[in-house]
Amino acid sequence: MRRLLPLLPFAALLSGCSGVQAMSEGAGFGSHLFNQLMLLFLAVTGISYVLVLVFLTFAVVGRRNAGGEARLKMLLIAWVGFILIGLILLTFVSFMSDRREAREGADQTPIKVTISANQWWWGVEYQNDDPTQIVHTANELHLPVGRPVQFKLNASDVIHSLWIPALAGKQDLIPGRDNDVRIVPTRVGHYRAQCAEFCGLQHAHMAFDVTVESPKAFAAWYAAQLKPAPEPTDPGVKGGRDFFMTHACANCHTIGGTPAGGRTGPDLTHIASRSTIAAGTLPMSRGNLMGWIANPQGVKPGVRMPAVGMTPDELHAVASYLETLK
Amino acid sequence: MTASEHPDDVPRDGPELDGPELDRALSETWGDKPGLIGWLTTVDHKRVGKRYIVTAMVFLLLGGVLALLMRLQLARPDSGLISADRYNQIFTMHGSTMMFLFAVPVMEAFGVYLVPLMVGTRAISFPRLNAFSYWLYLFGGAMVWVAFLRDVGPDVGWFSYTPLSGPEFSPGKRADFWAQMITFTEVAALAVAVELVATILKQRAPGMRLDRIPLFVWGMLVTAFMVIFSMPAVTLASSFLLSDRLVGTQFYNPAEGGSSLLWQHLFWFFGHPEVYIIFLPGLGFVSAIVETFCKRPVFAYPVMVAALVTTGLLAFGLWVHHMFATGLPRLGYAFYTAASMSIALPSGVQIFCWIATMWDSRPRFELPMWWVVAFIITFVIGGLTGVMVASVPLDLELHDTYFVVAHFHYTLIGGAVFPLLGAITYWFPKITGRMMGRRLGQASFWLVFLGFHLTFMTMHFTGLLGMPRRVYTYPAGLGWDALNMTSTVGAFILAFGVLVFLVNIVLSLRRGEIAGDNPWGAASLEWAATSPPRPYNFAHIPAVTSSTPLWEESLPVFSGLRVKERELVLTTVVDAKPDLRDPSPKPTIWPLLAALATTGLFIWSIFSPWALVYGAIPVGIAMTAWFWPKSTPDIGREPVIE
Repeated sequence: MRRLLPLLPFAALLSGCSGVQAMSEGAGFGSHLFNQLMLLFLAVTGISYVLVLVFLTFAVVGRRNAGGEARLKMLLIAWVGFILIGLILLTFVSFMSDRREAREGADQTPIKVTISANQWWWGVEYQNDDPTQIVHTANELHLPVGRPVQFKLNASDVIHSLWIPALAGKQDLIPGRDNDVRIVPTRVGHYRAQCAEFCGLQHAHMAFDVTVESPKAFAAWYAAQLKPAPEPTDPGVKGGRDFFMTHACANCHTIGGTPAGGRTGPDLTHIASRSTIAAGTLPMSRGNLMGWIANPQGVKPGVRMPAVGMTPDELHAVASYLETLK
Repeated sequence: MTASEHPDDVPRDGPELDGPELDRALSETWGDKPGLIGWLTTVDHKRVGKRYIVTAMVFLLLGGVLALLMRLQLARPDSGLISADRYNQIFTMHGSTMMFLFAVPVMEAFGVYLVPLMVGTRAISFPRLNAFSYWLYLFGGAMVWVAFLRDVGPDVGWFSYTPLSGPEFSPGKRADFWAQMITFTEVAALAVAVELVATILKQRAPGMRLDRIPLFVWGMLVTAFMVIFSMPAVTLASSFLLSDRLVGTQFYNPAEGGSSLLWQHLFWFFGHPEVYIIFLPGLGFVSAIVETFCKRPVFAYPVMVAALVTTGLLAFGLWVHHMFATGLPRLGYAFYTAASMSIALPSGVQIFCWIATMWDSRPRFELPMWWVVAFIITFVIGGLTGVMVASVPLDLELHDTYFVVAHFHYTLIGGAVFPLLGAITYWFPKITGRMMGRRLGQASFWLVFLGFHLTFMTMHFTGLLGMPRRVYTYPAGLGWDALNMTSTVGAFILAFGVLVFLVNIVLSLRRGEIAGDNPWGAASLEWAATSPPRPYNFAHIPAVTSSTPLWEESLPVFSGLRVKERELVLTTVVDAKPDLRDPSPKPTIWPLLAALATTGLFIWSIFSPWALVYGAIPVGIAMTAWFWPKSTPDIGREPVIE
């Protein structure tokens, strides 16, 4: 422990940086490795920096060099040796960490998730050999703790980047290519993820929520997601559903178990069970839902979703309907 | 030898033609016509260089204003101050302006002004090309800024990744203005690079062997070669992009067999060396300043030169570290990690050598030296965070976050702008004949230095907390709010410091202390010229016997050049033995007209491919006139007789 003492200030520096979108959160194997590796890098580079500062201070205010060029040469050789050893160490440890991350979870059966990035939302598909067991959702991820997730990544339009800082590093989603990445979540919690490659006008509003939960909670969530949308009974809600199905909404959005089957916008089958709307732009609430539907361009200028003309009553009805999609 | 001994009777400089009489004759030969005509036709590297510097500084201010706008928008979460559309144009223009219109041009500008003086010659090689290069740079920069002010500024980032910048996702002409700005600045940069290489290799003063070249000149030489090897990649990339957008080629369209990653490879094959193109001249400034104020040559000259050359070579082997998240083969990444880390070695060695030089002497801490110390304190942090982002597991988290924004501002502002401010303070007396004010200089130093660290040190933490780059706004409650506000406050302090620096320049131009030829007691040849230098630089070409010619007991000179014609001494590449006398071109309006014609072609070709056909006609006419065989008989290349 005492050997690690000099690292304390660096550790404090890192641990001060926690939050649902912090890369030092350590809630996944990648982020955990990042923390370890970062500590080592901070230590080695910190020592180098202190050496430079000490030498600089000495050169500015200290006693002049009395050893002539010979002493300078000796010091230069020592300095080159120090840099070389440091760089070789850091390169080697980086390489080993990278290998370790690649191996982590390789012996377990992963969950397979396909993520399709679009301007500016995330399509999520949990793969299964049995087609009835495939779950579609959007702008959210639920993951069971401790189980590796094998992501297949593609993009429908421009380059995006999948980045869940609290869990692991990023991987780009590139049109015309299939990328993949394996992430192992290690700690239960709610985290925020955000597109990390500039992807146009609303790049800033392309986030999503990640819930890492116990395998039991995940299984329950998964089972709920497999269900089609409930048939409304309340007449007001029914009116909302009818409006949705007979207007532009259904052209772009899918609601499982209904005629709405569009795939150009996010799947809404269980939208009310999500914690945010419009790709992490607003917290989920009836007011925000109505504001979003009534004026998408006001909330997220440039978004592909048009404002569908509706009366206040219709707006209320549609919102009520969407709220039943738990 | 003297004129009288020479077989022909043309007047030559020498003991018989010296002093005011020689000055009059040479001024007439090398000077420009007075007034506007002279201003437009000049090919004097000092006038062009000054113009280049001033223009680049104007672009620095414009880019700085954009930075402040961004900081205002980001000061608070969910700010509605600037729209997404405007913000995206602003950050694109900030990056593009700083990289293409400020940083590279200002470094080349100092090269244009200083290199001929430092190597002891009368003019830059290809002076007309030099004038052409400046006009093209000016027009290209003006074009993209006019487009921006008319709301058609580029909005896809200074890196313009395809397919976002392609025809499908960026309709309109915004991305075209960006790509064509690249064409303008690349042609300009390539022209200057060729001039500098030729000047440095062939026009050095007799006796300035390769091992006696000032380190700044070495830095410019390596930089110029890097420009020559890296710029074609981005010119190719942007030409592909333009043709994808204009005539429907599919270079970057994966749906038609193109590749969206091809752009990234081409762009970063240029983009990474670009960083060193900006940074190596900065190192040159530092070496020049350290040598002067320590009153001794920089320790381990051969090691310094080797470090510069090594940096230049390694810079071409690490572009993939910008692409670690794109899903290229993992094992290959290890190579680029190692290459990226290894570049820390030459930088570390140079840092050591400068500090060692200070330690081994009694440095005078005049203002330029303050900037050198600030450079070391700041740049080393940027270099060390660079080691972090070179590591794949770290970079996959840090990439495209504010941590990286902090990192490269530490390297570029710390590594290039601080030395540049030092260099301006240092060479101001040479360029203007007056010293820069000391008190305002110190005030601006502290404001810039502290403002910088407040702004960008904070960003490391903003990045670690997960804030991505290039977002026009962010939600509250992620721990970024106070940090962003701090960066904004810092940015305004920094900007105020730059303002004080400018005020100091303006005041010093009017009432600065008169400098004299060599106010700092420096050793390199530019200080042998008057301040400001005469149009012909040196009355007699100096002969160099050491790496610190002005610290020798006397400065021997060569004479025997014609004074009625523009004549230079060419020397051999390695040993700088006098080789030939070579004519140097006279002022002419044709570079300006050729630049105007080229500008017409470039801008027109944003809108129509026919511009390449019809627009080439005026360019052809201007070039023909420019290169029309001279009516005066060629004075010929004669060997210099010692």
